[in-house]
Amino acid sequence: MVSFTPTEDQQLLISTINRYATNDVRKVAHEADESELIPANVIETGWQMGLVPSAIPEELGGLGELSAMTGVLAAEELAFGDLSVALQVLSPALMAYPVVLYGTAEQREKLLPLFLEEAITPATAALLEPGVFFDPYELKTTATTSGGTIQLNGVKAYVPLAETAEWMLVYAKDSESGRVDGYVVARNAAGVMIEKREALMGLRAMPTYRVQFNGVTVDETARLGGAVGIDYAAILNRQRVALAALAVGVGRASFEYARDYAKQRVQFGKPIAQNQAIAFMLAEMAVEIDGARLMAWEAAWKLDKGEDATREAYLAKQYADQMVVKVTDSGVQTLGGYGFIREYPAERWLRNGRGFTTFDGLAIV
Amino acid sequence: MTISFEIPEHIQQQSQLVRWIAESTMRPYARELDEREHERPTAFVEQMWPILRDQQKATLDKLRQAEGGTGESGDKPKSGRVSTRMLGLMMQVEMLSWGDTGIYLCLPSPALGGAAIEAVGTTAQKLRLLQRFAEGDQPVWGAMAITEPGAGSDNSAMSTTAVFDEETNEWVINGEKIFITSGKLALEESNGLVIVWATVNKAAGRAGIKSFVVEAGTPGVSIGKVEIKHGIRASDTASIVFNNARIPADNILGSAEVQMSKDSKGFQGAMATFDASRPLVAASALGIGRAALEFVKEKLAENGVEIPYGVPYHKLTAIQRDVLEMEAQLRSAYLLTLRSINMLDEGAHNSLEASMAKLKAGRAVTFIAQKAVELLGPMGYSREWLAEKWMRDAKINAIYEGTDQINCLIVARRILGYSRNELA
Repeated sequence: MVSFTPTEDQQLLISTINRYATNDVRKVAHEADESELIPANVIETGWQMGLVPSAIPEELGGLGELSAMTGVLAAEELAFGDLSVALQVLSPALMAYPVVLYGTAEQREKLLPLFLEEAITPATAALLEPGVFFDPYELKTTATTSGGTIQLNGVKAYVPLAETAEWMLVYAKDSESGRVDGYVVARNAAGVMIEKREALMGLRAMPTYRVQFNGVTVDETARLGGAVGIDYAAILNRQRVALAALAVGVGRASFEYARDYAKQRVQFGKPIAQNQAIAFMLAEMAVEIDGARLMAWEAAWKLDKGEDATREAYLAKQYADQMVVKVTDSGVQTLGGYGFIREYPAERWLRNGRGFTTFDGLAIV
Repeated sequence: MTISFEIPEHIQQQSQLVRWIAESTMRPYARELDEREHERPTAFVEQMWPILRDQQKATLDKLRQAEGGTGESGDKPKSGRVSTRMLGLMMQVEMLSWGDTGIYLCLPSPALGGAAIEAVGTTAQKLRLLQRFAEGDQPVWGAMAITEPGAGSDNSAMSTTAVFDEETNEWVINGEKIFITSGKLALEESNGLVIVWATVNKAAGRAGIKSFVVEAGTPGVSIGKVEIKHGIRASDTASIVFNNARIPADNILGSAEVQMSKDSKGFQGAMATFDASRPLVAASALGIGRAALEFVKEKLAENGVEIPYGVPYHKLTAIQRDVLEMEAQLRSAYLLTLRSINMLDEGAHNSLEASMAKLKAGRAVTFIAQKAVELLGPMGYSREWLAEKWMRDAKINAIYEGTDQINCLIVARRILGYSRNELA
């Protein structure tokens, strides 16, 4: 049966997050972007909404509700508040969800209770690598097994919150089989070197780091999923869907602001929204946002059914990538000169929106 | 409720049946009917008429029963269950247009005329006027006449008049209507009918516009011109001239009174038929889009080009990028259409979503079909294959049932909360 109505629980969650996004996040978003720091209490409030903990299995103390659809709905609403805050609040999921999905019983028992704490779990993941051409299927970071231990070598980029993380899920390619797996690495392990914080065009309130792994040695229990390993392709699909949903949230933020601005801004004796040149631009934004959202929903729905969602996730991401640039650019354009001024949020959304083609591995549902 | 994109089993099965029809009586004739404009798709019409006639008969029987019994309309979904009627229709229209859009438009059915009667007609009018679509061996067509040479997107500028003659208790219609799909089929080639929009009081503007049922055989009604077109050539597009055409008093749909209120409910009611027709035009567009996309992928595969999913952008060839873009555009148009259709099934107000779907689908399929011609090189441009025809057929979806610009205007007004006066 076709339906576009979220469950009652999901609707409740959306309105809770919307209140948080509107009341807490929006108020600090500009200052956070300028100072490159999100106030700790805002992150804690976001964490305490319980998005990640609810996905932890019941037998380990969570609610056992890992749902890509719920994740997509939540991600849009969080990003509607602010992308940096959204990524930071969700960053523990980068480790938690793959452990829920693919961890061995021991890994789950050991790691998942960490995500039930009152304070946000200092856990992250390292996937992206520096360079112009990044291909998640051609990772340069390697895992070499010998005599019961595994050695990790390589450089990762855009590692969220690496400086403060205690745990990292590091994606690396087996130097013999070529298989990509995730390895749980303690931040203070020998050979882990956190370089200085990255300076980015957008996402300025979200600390990301380049991290070196120089012969970091872990034992075989560090490989997520043990001998079976992970379904790497499925993880990438979940990331694409998450990023598509976040892009929808950023696009919607820009659209709603531009729409309201255009109705207030008077030139030539009438609101600029009464000109087709502006009104049509806003209409296009609305159509593209809805189209991208529905594609993210469909991909999430397929993920939750346990079906292969590679095609849907990829197309949703590709579509959302283009949508968010077009929409946030139109958002700036609608504001004219004010669009270029940092006191107004439109340019921040454009800077954040432009990054989605780059943001592999920064979020997961 | 929970978000779901699951097409019910019975609709999927029905699609398979429609696919068989598309493959047997549409695709094999697509090219020759395009080349020989104004010839009729006989095989398709003969195949479809008994099916549509019996469906129409069942609908009218239900209506008759309801009339005799509880008085409830037979079409209403039972409480707690959402109807899938429009969803089924969307899938049918999509598949038939995948077969051939020009031929699909020749469906022997009440079509848009029927939609108008369904939307605003009384039960007695429905039973009387639609009976012809529910009986006999000869196919019957319905049509809708709105556009005039001087009134296109601006319907309210129409000058066709309807004057009531109290002596004979008849409406007298004068004027010219153009671009009427199946107009000739309805009035000259079958015992069909056409819904004609006309003003009963030009000074009243929109409020004076009413819709009337003109039946085949009415004196004073003649086919003026049959258009020769860029695409959908198998479809009959006619102009109709009304010269003191007299129709019974009861052939007006809705109230004859002119309400001078600002909202002009009569006109709004008539415009509401677009809420149902636009998503179906979008569905038709999707069919051409899918036909073109499937064909391109098939031909590219034969030439060693596969379309990968999940490969980073920098590792894709230009052709792969184009095809992925076509595919994403089509999917987004499909989902927007599905949403607007689902709202109809749920009885929700969908003007905004209907225009969004129509706008997106019209634009997406125009892009997809034009890309298909480009990607297939010399063969794409050749009339040996259907790609060039799909491109010509596709373009109509950005034009009829409101051009892209008109639908964009409707979307803009809705999202801004503006009236037609605030955003013209």
